[in-house]
Amino acid sequence: MHISPVMWQFLTKWLANSALFPREASTVAPWADALYFFLVGMTVVGLVLVGILVIGFSIRYRKSVHPVATQIEGSTLLEATWTIIPLAIFLVTFVWGALLYFRIYNPPANSMNIYVVGKQWMWKAEHPGGQHEINALHVPIGRPVQLTMISQDVFHSFSIPDFRVKREVIPGRYSTVWFEATDAGTYHIFCTQYCGTKHSGMIGEVTAMTQEDYDKWTQESTSGMSLAQNGERLFASMECTACHNGTATARGPNLAGVYGSKLTLTNGQQVLVTDGYLRDAILNPSQHVTAGFAPIMPTYQGQISEDGLIDLVEYIKSLNSNYRVQQTLGTSQSDLAAPTTPGMVKP
Amino acid sequence: MSAATISSNTILSLPDQRTASMPKRHYINNEDGMLSWLLTGDHKRIAMLYLFSITFFFFIGGAFAGLIRLELLTPQPDLVASDTYNKFFTMHGIIMIFLFLVPSVPATLGNFLIPIMIGAKDLAFPKINLLSWYLYLIGGTFTLAALVLGGVDTGWTFTTPLSTHYLNTHVITAATAIFVAGFASIFTGLNFIVTIHRMRAPGMTWFRLPLFVWSNYAASILMVLGTPVLAIAIVLVALERLIGIGVFDPTKGGDPLLFQHLFWFYSHPAVYIMILPGMGVISEVISTFSRKRVFGYSAVAFSSVAIAVFGFFVWAHHMFIMGVSNYSALVFSLLTMLVAVPSAIKIFNWAFTLQKGSITFETPMIYAFGFMGLFTIGGLTGVFLGALGMDIHLTETYFIVAHFHYVMVGGMLMAFLAGIHFWWPKMTGRMYSEPLSKLSAVISFIGFNLTFMPQFILGYLGMPRRYHAYPAEFQVLNVLSTAGATVLGVGFTLPLLYLAWSLKYGEIAGNNPWQATGLEWQIQSPPLTENFTEVPVIDYEAYDYERLERKHANEVTTVG
Repeated sequence: MHISPVMWQFLTKWLANSALFPREASTVAPWADALYFFLVGMTVVGLVLVGILVIGFSIRYRKSVHPVATQIEGSTLLEATWTIIPLAIFLVTFVWGALLYFRIYNPPANSMNIYVVGKQWMWKAEHPGGQHEINALHVPIGRPVQLTMISQDVFHSFSIPDFRVKREVIPGRYSTVWFEATDAGTYHIFCTQYCGTKHSGMIGEVTAMTQEDYDKWTQESTSGMSLAQNGERLFASMECTACHNGTATARGPNLAGVYGSKLTLTNGQQVLVTDGYLRDAILNPSQHVTAGFAPIMPTYQGQISEDGLIDLVEYIKSLNSNYRVQQTLGTSQSDLAAPTTPGMVKP
Repeated sequence: MSAATISSNTILSLPDQRTASMPKRHYINNEDGMLSWLLTGDHKRIAMLYLFSITFFFFIGGAFAGLIRLELLTPQPDLVASDTYNKFFTMHGIIMIFLFLVPSVPATLGNFLIPIMIGAKDLAFPKINLLSWYLYLIGGTFTLAALVLGGVDTGWTFTTPLSTHYLNTHVITAATAIFVAGFASIFTGLNFIVTIHRMRAPGMTWFRLPLFVWSNYAASILMVLGTPVLAIAIVLVALERLIGIGVFDPTKGGDPLLFQHLFWFYSHPAVYIMILPGMGVISEVISTFSRKRVFGYSAVAFSSVAIAVFGFFVWAHHMFIMGVSNYSALVFSLLTMLVAVPSAIKIFNWAFTLQKGSITFETPMIYAFGFMGLFTIGGLTGVFLGALGMDIHLTETYFIVAHFHYVMVGGMLMAFLAGIHFWWPKMTGRMYSEPLSKLSAVISFIGFNLTFMPQFILGYLGMPRRYHAYPAEFQVLNVLSTAGATVLGVGFTLPLLYLAWSLKYGEIAGNNPWQATGLEWQIQSPPLTENFTEVPVIDYEAYDYERLERKHANEVTTVG
């Protein structure tokens, strides 16, 4: 058969550009692949075993060579064998899988945080420095990066196959995932949870770059305001300062240093203040009243976008002293009209 | 005797076709006219009604699968619009799951055979049995209505809040379809449970039941206990859509994840509803064609029950990446590993049933071998997904799609075809073309692997499911998969043709063409409306081939 050279070229190029195995571009990828190969091995062994039994018996005991069957009731020993051995293998898989799960979902303490907001049908990444990206994510290599993600509408799922990480992005709730990229390059981001018409268009690219390149990128892409600074302006303009002003007579609790602390609520419950707690406390304050305070805070449900909530959360996280709170009070009184320049509110 | 058809390599023994005739009176010609079918209480007639209806929906669902594969031939979204593509996979899922796989073996083969296998005249509630077929039809009609009115694009999983707040398609119509069809399934399950408990012939103890009855019994328990939860979930979705009750809406204090808990509480056991009756078929077929009692009868029987019980406690393994607590993830992963064990036991028991048998390779056996291979792959790839850390990378990708189809098509559909080919002579009294049916079994097997094996690789590469367009580097594998789907289409169309042909032109099958031991083979084909002329008394175990041999030997001596 004759294949035209053009056709041949097309075919070889097409085949050469096709993928068979994903790249290993994060620290967890080799761990995930190790379990994968173990499981592939288990499947092949299991299949070959069943194949040998079925084909072997079929040849050995086919009617023409074995015309009369010998009746066998069963064998407790054999049955115990093929109960216990698969069970043991599955339990090993369970432990291995659980270890991998905790490796993938428990971020190291020193990881940097980037926020991701999913909505039909785009990804919006928000870096702490205020850099915003749509359907793209720039990250440094060799450094753990945690993504704190939330959906503005339906369920989405954030997946980077070459990093072997994925996590559902849920409306009304922060979820997190972390990774440490090992190789510079660009990798697919997919939304893997069906989310409506343009589900397959909800894709993007993560660009992993060296720390120097990443620093250069953050310098060049900054919008001039960090998330915390945006949050500070929002905090002032929503008049949160009226109560949360850090004074002894304030009607709202002092927010300085509140992030990461343990709070006692009026119902006696002890809670750890996390990103998610702060978000819930803004949207649904009556369920989250700190002990010693009256339930007077109105709900902000529907008044602040997810982006705005992220800004507020980042701002509250940045409040490490009462001095910062007082600065915001100043902002709200004098600087609200004028754009704040970066660096101005830094202590 | 029928010397013409007996060779040393087959157990197929048809009566002499020159003198053979169909029985004068049987359930098909007992009454005439459309109404006698539409108002029948006969479990066999209802089984045939079901068989025609599910075949109809299978080919509609299959057509959607074909359209999906056609679109995915190229990376670009070039055949249809995105919304249309989303409707394709939604309709494919809804039709195949709720209108084909769930009723497939129980409502057709189970309906036909369970009363006969236990020596009863009919199911316990013949009118409820008929009602269940009508409910199925109403469900099917609503599905077709949703399709004709413009389709629905929720995906078969109806994930909230997408299905409740973000789509303007015929969600309520499709939800009604599933709600109503669910009751068909509940009634079938209820009928089977009562029948198996109350209507066994004298001497037919639980441990003399054929394993087909055991596995349908286990599936019936799942149907009766699980399906109502699906109905609740569906009603809540409808209420949320219509009047905004907010159960799944976080802005009203609801939990969007709650829907998935409810949905999978049914839909995970549902996969066992689908596969268990198929496993029952395989037990019967393998035993018959190796002339041996099933190896470890009670282990196989109890493993069905174990699957049914454990099957209820693994639903959250669909949600490992959704932020469920680490501890519940651990528990559900462990239980998932445990539920895999009874399936492994069954596979090995079937394999050892062949040992020291006298094996022949008729069409049902070919399908059963196909089942063993494909179900082994499907089951073991399920272990990948039950392993927590592995699930993170694999879930929501084509790996899931491949795994699910290996179990449902490679497992269940192969078992269904094995069963149809096995009991076709009993149901119709006619034999189909053996070479053609073997050919189609082999075509299906090859086509199936070509379709779904590349999807495992695509899944590990990270290609998400339900994608209308995909990166160009995934094309080669998608082309292979589409090519396989074409072959598979041929493999599934052939049986439709030769089985239809056999209805009129097939050779007369006789009572027991396979020399099988089940009670259903000891009566005429097709059976009388009342199944038995006298109540059978059972004083022997299931799969007693030696007893059958003795019986035949006696017959020959008396006649000769």
